[in-house]
Amino acid sequence: MLKFLKPALIALGLFAVIATPVVAGKLGIGREATPAEIKGWDIDVRPDGQGLPEGKGTVETGEELFQEKCAACHGEFAEGVDRWPVLAGGQDTLDSDRPVKTVGSYWPYLSTAYDYIFRAMPFGDAQSLSPDEVYALLAYILNMNDLVDDDFELSKSNFLTVRLPNEKNFIDDPRPDTPILAQKKPCMENCKTTVEITGRARIVDVTPDGEKGSN
Amino acid sequence: MAGTPKKTNISRRGFLSSAVAGSAALVAGSNPLQAANPENMAPNVPDWSRYLGAGVAEQPYGMPSEFEKQVIRRNVPWLTASTESSVSFTPIHELDGIITPNGVCFERHHAGIAMVDPADHRLMINGLVDKPMMFTMEDLKRFPRVNKIFFLECAANSGMEWRGAQLNGCQFTQGMVHCVEYTGVPLKYILEEAGVKTNAKWLMPEGADAAAMNRSLPLEKALDDCLVAFKMNGEALRPEQGYPLRLVVPGWEGNLWIKWLRRIEVGDMPWQAREETSKYTDLMEDGTSRRFTWVMDAKSVITSPSPQAPITHKKGHTVISGLAWSGRGLIDYVDITLDGGKNWRRARIDGLRLPKALHRFYYEFDWDGSPLLLQSRAVDETGYVQPTKDELRTVRGTSSIYHNNGIQTWHVQENGQVENVEIS
Ligand code: HEC
Repeated sequence: MLKFLKPALIALGLFAVIATPVVAGKLGIGREATPAEIKGWDIDVRPDGQGLPEGKGTVETGEELFQEKCAACHGEFAEGVDRWPVLAGGQDTLDSDRPVKTVGSYWPYLSTAYDYIFRAMPFGDAQSLSPDEVYALLAYILNMNDLVDDDFELSKSNFLTVRLPNEKNFIDDPRPDTPILAQKKPCMENCKTTVEITGRARIVDVTPDGEKGSN
Repeated sequence: MAGTPKKTNISRRGFLSSAVAGSAALVAGSNPLQAANPENMAPNVPDWSRYLGAGVAEQPYGMPSEFEKQVIRRNVPWLTASTESSVSFTPIHELDGIITPNGVCFERHHAGIAMVDPADHRLMINGLVDKPMMFTMEDLKRFPRVNKIFFLECAANSGMEWRGAQLNGCQFTQGMVHCVEYTGVPLKYILEEAGVKTNAKWLMPEGADAAAMNRSLPLEKALDDCLVAFKMNGEALRPEQGYPLRLVVPGWEGNLWIKWLRRIEVGDMPWQAREETSKYTDLMEDGTSRRFTWVMDAKSVITSPSPQAPITHKKGHTVISGLAWSGRGLIDYVDITLDGGKNWRRARIDGLRLPKALHRFYYEFDWDGSPLLLQSRAVDETGYVQPTKDELRTVRGTSSIYHNNGIQTWHVQENGQVENVEIS
């Protein structure tokens, strides 16, 4: 794997040449991770289904669980409480002035919700849900987004058949998307005749008080 | 204003908060430099010139002078539902040079600060590798080590300004950035121990915090210049910066720099984690979203004068100080304008110039006391030109939250106060 080193050294230029020590091959540091260790930490789930555990859950069980473990922050119907995240609704708002991004309106993949809910939710009690519980909660969230019927059951085997509506609307990074030097040299002199102030932060009046911020 | 050191300090803090709020007029008496106690002034001799000061190790870990208490991270309480998933901002208006002191580097956590015992911390490498590996912190310190200075900017820096000027102070408008020297191991050496399979294309670094923060990172970037760091500015990482181990992803958005790094999985496709789908994707006006927008484009801001750092002297010789940076490499030059963009002049970049690090610039001039509309515009070594906010809005609309590197305007008034404005 020494082949990795050379292009990197060239690409990084002088600083890297001086600073990067040359390593030839393996150094024999560390030990092999055991299958049990990997099982405990390998919690990720991918869009192709890699990482999905066996399990299943219905909208109905999900509803009960959601009220018990999630609704305090995300609302009874996953509509969000105060500033806690909204998980349902927002369809047809993405091109509006106030887009509402939810699992149903915005997220491209259901696997993301499996991955995230198990690793990070409930907030403050992460990695506590069983696979059946996560499947059930997902079924409920899908139902609150009008994406599945009330009698739906989500499982490892039908997981990949559920597609989220916004998947097709993600595009790769097209930047730079403003003129670069080769296209337009920045103006240096007499660039404008008049300049008007068109907006002021203090009119919007959302500036936090410095002293409060330090509490 | 009795003028004991303590009171001077209070008056300075009071002064600052009124300057921040942008409400109280700046009167000469509230200028901290003029609030001096005559008893300490020549021809008198102050106490500190007569009596012994504190002995060594009075503070085993030293802190800044008590007169610098205003140089702190601040947050915006109404911004988030809980401080455990929130952000605090670097006081860039108070700093100089290019290195951010460890204690004031901005914070962004998703489940609070994990308090990790380094003896119990492990880094696992698994997935498409010849041999899955487990490393202790001791192990990691046996790899060849490098020292590199890089900026780290949150992709949401200036995110609140998309719809117009919102917050008075570059701490809040551009303060989700810091720049420190990292000591760590090139990630490629660690991957080499596990042996990456030939069909591998992506990595998924993951944190040990209660958000188990995870992102997809192209293998190419990892092999190019990513580090696994355990020190910042010569000392152990601060807990809020991922102690004992964090990923360093030079020039790319801060969310990728996984803190409390516990595992890296090697794979052949991206994971589409929550932080690269629900978040850190840029929603355009037509409802489409850009994903994997990793690079932080060139950006600059005048840090002084700025709303929290007004001009406290009257007219006369004045120093403009600011920061510029680019995720694509070096900053080539920075131009500044005093008149809202009618005429521009070259600023002076001073100190170290390093790729993907903050650059410090200055512009010195004789201020005639009339109002100014200050802006700075950075151009990087790839020819990327920092755009105006309106240029960005024209292409992207106002819903994208992330990657707002538009030119900042400060309105300096005759009394030296500064406000965040937008101009035609
Ligand atoms: C104590 C409040 C709280 C509880 C209870 C809670 N959450 Fe959350 N949830 C949050 C916060 C805060 C975030 C955002 C965290 C962040 O971004 O750092 C979040 C984010 C989410 C998101 C991602 C939202 C988005 O748009 O990206 C999902 C999905 C979610 N929670 C599901 C659940 C489920 C399912 C449960 C119950 C098992 C649950 N949450 C319980 C506070 C809570």
